[in-house]
Amino acid sequence: MGKAKIVTPKEAAALIPEGASIMVGGFMGVGNPHKVIEELHKLGTGNLTLMCNDGSLPIGPGGEVDWGVAKLISSHQVTKMYGTHVGLNPEVGKRMNDGSLDVTLIPQGSFVEMIRAGGAGLGGVLTPTGFGTIIEEAWHVDRVVEIDGKRYLLEKPLRADFALLCGYKVDRMGNVWYKGTQRTFQEMMATAADTVIVEAVNLVEPGDIPPEDVITSRILVDYIASEEA
Amino acid sequence: MTFDKDNVKGFIAARVAQELNDGDVVNLGIGLPTMIPSYLPEGVELTMEAENGIIGSIKPDADHPAEPYWSVDAGGQAALAGLGGAYIDSAVSFGLIRGGHIDATVLGTLEVDQEGNLSNWIIPGKRLPGMGGAMDLVVGAKKVIVATEHTAKGKPKILKKCTLPFTAINCVDMIVTEMCVFVITPDGMVMTEYNPAFTLDEIKAATEADYTVADDVKEMVVNF
Repeated sequence: MGKAKIVTPKEAAALIPEGASIMVGGFMGVGNPHKVIEELHKLGTGNLTLMCNDGSLPIGPGGEVDWGVAKLISSHQVTKMYGTHVGLNPEVGKRMNDGSLDVTLIPQGSFVEMIRAGGAGLGGVLTPTGFGTIIEEAWHVDRVVEIDGKRYLLEKPLRADFALLCGYKVDRMGNVWYKGTQRTFQEMMATAADTVIVEAVNLVEPGDIPPEDVITSRILVDYIASEEA
Repeated sequence: MTFDKDNVKGFIAARVAQELNDGDVVNLGIGLPTMIPSYLPEGVELTMEAENGIIGSIKPDADHPAEPYWSVDAGGQAALAGLGGAYIDSAVSFGLIRGGHIDATVLGTLEVDQEGNLSNWIIPGKRLPGMGGAMDLVVGAKKVIVATEHTAKGKPKILKKCTLPFTAINCVDMIVTEMCVFVITPDGMVMTEYNPAFTLDEIKAATEADYTVADDVKEMVVNF
């Protein structure tokens, strides 16, 4: 894994090839790595598989048009998406209906556990969620398993080529602290991708985040994306 | 209070509020359920859980300014962890939800049926917002309360069997509408309260599901 390398958001985005699968941290745009996404959008890299809770928002909190991952959806760079709730970005529904975006909707608690399993060396996750529903037939469910009289879905692990994360404080070694609800899926995604890129809202010195407060350890981080690179 | 047909949602929210106990950890769905906190009886303080990772979620106010770039609730609205609260990750959040650490969840619905099956996440070919955390919440919360208007454009929403894809099966404990309160028991659906603004015949006509009326059925009393 080696040491985390500090690169510009543009250099980070250029690491991602056409056709890559990307896990993007955050929820409704909060916690998306906005600068790396902006650069990826400029590069126009296409045929991406996006694994993200949602499609973010068409308008961000400061009036930003196509905030966060919404940029990659509106530009048609994403052709396949796994998420849990896409209702707040009408573009996703429109593209699902016209067939230009292949969306798999997964219960949120199962989605995070599938990612955790993918990064933690587990063969899957047993969850009662989705039992008796059409989720039983989904490609990501291996089978229904009965244990001590209770029935569960065996959800398969999920991994991606890249994890694109965002920390409020990232030290120059790659340790990460998230603010508020930036946190969400990030720490699980950091374990479940071949290459992990963390955008730093604030790039800080090693030790500025006390070890007790490190949420994602540097050993998981390959690249730190910062304008200060 | 007397029933005001122009404030049906407030009436339902106020009745649901009576079901929640001081200290309960509660997850409220979007829409009508978000009105519940303003109808809580005096002395009842809840801890709100937002499934994207807030325990003790509060709305921003003068002392707690909004931080919309860093902290939102599950509906994407600015929200914060208040005094005594915590920010948690999604795996912990859904561990709490599935693990029975949430006392109650209240959510709206498209359809609900007499077996306690719930369908509120998809209208195939039409509306595909996704289930978000709803499937986990109704499977895991200790008490699942459906808060809904009794009918949709005059058509019953409380059915013998849901026609839309299920959110979860056998998960609903209680249904609160502007007409009545139903509880789901192993022996079937039972009306425990009714709104005297409607006759029992009117309620029957607006309900497709089979149910019995409890021997000690009461009038819905809602205090604003």
